[in-house]
Amino acid sequence: MSRTDLPEPDRRPSLAVWKFASCDGCQLSLLDCEDELLTLAKVVDIAHFSEMSRASAEGPYDVSLVEGSITTPDDAQRILEIRSSSHLLVTIGACATAGGIQGLRNFAASGAYASAVYAHPEYIDALETSTPIAAHVEVDYELHGCPVDRSQLLEVLTASLAGRTPVIPGHSVCQECKSRGTVCLLVAGDTPCLGPVTRAGCGAICPSMDRGCFGCFGPADTANTASLAAHLRLQGMAPVDVSRLFATFNAGAPAFRHEALAQGGPVPSAPVRITHRAEREGPR
Amino acid sequence: MTHGSGSPRTIGVEGLSRVEGEGSLRVVVHDGTVTDVALEIFEPPRYFEALLVGRHFTEAPDITARICGICPVAYQMSACSAMEAACGVVVDDRVASLRRLLYCGEWIQSHALHIYLLHAPDFLGCADAVELAERDRTAVERGLSIKRTGNLIMETVGGRAVHPVNVRVGGFYRAPDPEAVAALAEPLRRARDAALETVEWVSRFEFPDVIGDYRFVALRDPGRYPIERGRPASSDGLDLGPAEFGDLAVEEHVARSTALHARLAGRDPYLTGPMARYALNSAVLPPIAADAAAMAGLGPVCSNPFQSIVVRSVELVVACDEALALVEAYLPPDPPASEVRPRPGVGTGVTEAPRGLLLHRYEIDAEGTILAARIMPPTSQNQLTIEADLRRVVQEGLHLEDDDLQWRCEQAVRNHDPCISCAAHFLDVSVVET
Repeated sequence: MSRTDLPEPDRRPSLAVWKFASCDGCQLSLLDCEDELLTLAKVVDIAHFSEMSRASAEGPYDVSLVEGSITTPDDAQRILEIRSSSHLLVTIGACATAGGIQGLRNFAASGAYASAVYAHPEYIDALETSTPIAAHVEVDYELHGCPVDRSQLLEVLTASLAGRTPVIPGHSVCQECKSRGTVCLLVAGDTPCLGPVTRAGCGAICPSMDRGCFGCFGPADTANTASLAAHLRLQGMAPVDVSRLFATFNAGAPAFRHEALAQGGPVPSAPVRITHRAEREGPR
Repeated sequence: MTHGSGSPRTIGVEGLSRVEGEGSLRVVVHDGTVTDVALEIFEPPRYFEALLVGRHFTEAPDITARICGICPVAYQMSACSAMEAACGVVVDDRVASLRRLLYCGEWIQSHALHIYLLHAPDFLGCADAVELAERDRTAVERGLSIKRTGNLIMETVGGRAVHPVNVRVGGFYRAPDPEAVAALAEPLRRARDAALETVEWVSRFEFPDVIGDYRFVALRDPGRYPIERGRPASSDGLDLGPAEFGDLAVEEHVARSTALHARLAGRDPYLTGPMARYALNSAVLPPIAADAAAMAGLGPVCSNPFQSIVVRSVELVVACDEALALVEAYLPPDPPASEVRPRPGVGTGVTEAPRGLLLHRYEIDAEGTILAARIMPPTSQNQLTIEADLRRVVQEGLHLEDDDLQWRCEQAVRNHDPCISCAAHFLDVSVVET
């Protein structure tokens, strides 16, 4: 982290939590720190966290945690204001760092979603894209995951307050499987797995439950997605299935997006019928 | 306080706090009469029903879980149920029991979160649970400990607390080890005791004297409290299959909200959630929960929305008690999932999310590609009723100062634990009133 000036020792550092387009799960991870929450509230001043408190203090804030992606013109403006009132800005989760599952709209033809979906699209003031926070403002640190891992979140908070760089791995899920002794699903079981190209941090929970990794934490630092895709194809997966595997919660992360498109995109090439319910079921 | 004619009194909250998601409320009073009420939802739409089209049917549980980080299991369960209905598969009893256990975990964490961190501070005049802890640390720690037990169930059965990974159409990827499940018993016994203390604690709060004239809609599951399955029923006599309910529940798209407003069978708005479940199922409460409800002074139906916190606490007892029974009777499903082969068709799934009835309906083709999706979350079903509550609360609270009335309005919204993140992604609009 670049900005290391800390508040004077007699003042508690202030923390703000902000939400954009998201499911609330990453900020919930903070409330899920049941053992640490009350202690945290003692050492930092929780100045703005609307899911948790009615009270809200004006900035500037020492640390802002930002959840969610930018999908509306208002939000594109609001993130600028939050940046300017935040000393450190940390994005948390796949929506904030890669555009989230709602980033799948970026694969669709221009305007396709809004016009296919709303009876009154004019009521909706939304952008045609879902973009990560870093596409709009400078971000001091990005914490990945869908959702973020609780202990990583605490590490990032602690490091931010101490003015040091968080210790968060950039290697792949494979190393977590090896360290917990899970047999490789991809090699031994022919189970499609994104572990070799996915950032560690979850503890390799999916392979431990006999399920291939599905990429919640986004691409690892040195992800060779083309090699993995070739392997999956050799195992007999259809290109559309390989593409879908890469195009979920981190579909906007460049390495995953590139591979999803290289395989032809996440939906079948034949035109898909999008029907309104009234048409599908007849007039009422 | 005087507000002369011609000068409307407006109560507004720009950003509602202690709810999940982004919303606001506005109430306008003219000459002593409430003339306009709006719960506005400005959570950005995320177009889930659109992005599901073209995806494989097996992806729906994980994709729709991302609608809500507070109740991902509800989304996974309704999605699985809908897909299994479309494919003509009925899961075996062991899978069904394990699903119910996982869902109990979500009820426990979500209800404990709402009771202790989001709702109780209102009754005690605190801005949040941190302030509440300064006055009554024991209470807040009790709530956090119950919540931790809910998360522990989700981690043991589902792999993690937010967006569990072990759920699939047909069942689970891996049945948890019996030893790991057995280890949940002791924390659950403590949580059940703490839930009983919770009922006692909240029953002593002071409740504004407001009685709603509700039309309740909830699932009924013969002989037991509805969680992961059941038939939709209403307090005015409807008893429907899931698909029929989907046909009759009509959503309207209005300008002020990115959530749909639902009506059932062309009649009045309705309410789903703890008060509705309780009203339609209080006769089948487990004995320990029935006793707790009686001690708390709840009759067979509770119509004071401010007492929803008591009902929610009784449901906390239900969930802990049910989870404990399921843990003690646990037999790992083998195999952990039924095989589900896609076939062309439509399937509807309904389950009881912590904050109310959640419907999914999908149309899929022979390859399992999703052709159409419809998701009806509890908060869009409740929105019209929440607005009716606001109208009543303001009308009966006109004597209050603006700040106090504003707080009471916020509380009236929080009574129903709205999940605005959930509500903001309807898309499939059939009827629009303009």
